Amino acid sequence: MQIILNGQAQPLDTGLSLQDFILSLGLENKRYAVELNQSIVPRSRYLETPLADGDQIEIIHAVGGG
Amino acid sequence: MSAPLVIAGHTFESRLMVGTGKYKDLAQTQAAISASGAQIVTFALRRMNIGQEENQPNLLDFISPQTYTLLPNTAGCYTAEDAVRTCQIARELLDGHNFVKLEILGDTKTLFPNIVETLKAAERLVHDAFEVLVYTTDDPITAKQLEEIGCCAIMPLAAPIGSGLGIQNRYSLRFIIENARVPVIVDAGVGTASDAAIAMELGCDGVLMNTAIAEAKDPILMARAMGLAIEAGRHAYLAGRMPKRPYASASSTTEGYFF
Repeated sequence: MQIILNGQAQPLDTGLSLQDFILSLGLENKRYAVELNQSIVPRSRYLETPLADGDQIEIIHAVGGG
Repeated sequence: MSAPLVIAGHTFESRLMVGTGKYKDLAQTQAAISASGAQIVTFALRRMNIGQEENQPNLLDFISPQTYTLLPNTAGCYTAEDAVRTCQIARELLDGHNFVKLEILGDTKTLFPNIVETLKAAERLVHDAFEVLVYTTDDPITAKQLEEIGCCAIMPLAAPIGSGLGIQNRYSLRFIIENARVPVIVDAGVGTASDAAIAMELGCDGVLMNTAIAEAKDPILMARAMGLAIEAGRHAYLAGRMPKRPYASASSTTEGYFF
């Protein structure tokens, strides 16, 4: 199956949770927030959030700005 | 000592708020902010560059949420929908933090705010328990409407964002300040320390700036200058300036001349 991460399509194995996927990106100890199909997924729910074909994931962090 | 600044029940000793954009690197950002004495620090939200940034330090490693009151902004948003979404992401990122800077742009050239979208977003955010500090024009009527919606601070521009043109319309700012029951913070347009002092002498409760510090030749020294200017301007406002008069008035006594 395929998901869209931060606007880029990429293949992904089926049956993974959002938690599995984020771990695979090596983002431990980073500060970020995640949206799945334009809805916030609270950190506490990554484990129980399954990913499906066509899902749009946004991983957002803080950057400089005024 | 003057009373502290209180925004939505949060108390601040410093009346300077600073942004984190346009610095050479994060170490310079950190040093400048520290030199400014600011306690409220604003930042933006963007996509993480997955595959490139895993080992890069993040802004929040340098600007600690334990040290500073963070003020996520909605910079770059042109619609109420995008701005509300950005604030919700900020709240998740900062573990339930509700303090946000609402900024909805209307035009890429002037970066003036889109007031219709700003009013819509402000209503939705206030309803959703956000504490909204709102970027707006220097129009007193709009400022009052935003206050009535429940925004906790009104942030009129002094000049276009990043222009460094200084305070362009003192009378409008005065009207806003006179009518406001929430803090009025000049957001945008300050170019140098005297601009910040003028804003404070007019009676503004604070000033938010980014480019004036970050684009100075020596940002850390300018940050210090801005901190002092804000303090000087505030004291001058509280002290109450002398009246202006058209002709001279001798400072040395005119009695006891021996010549």
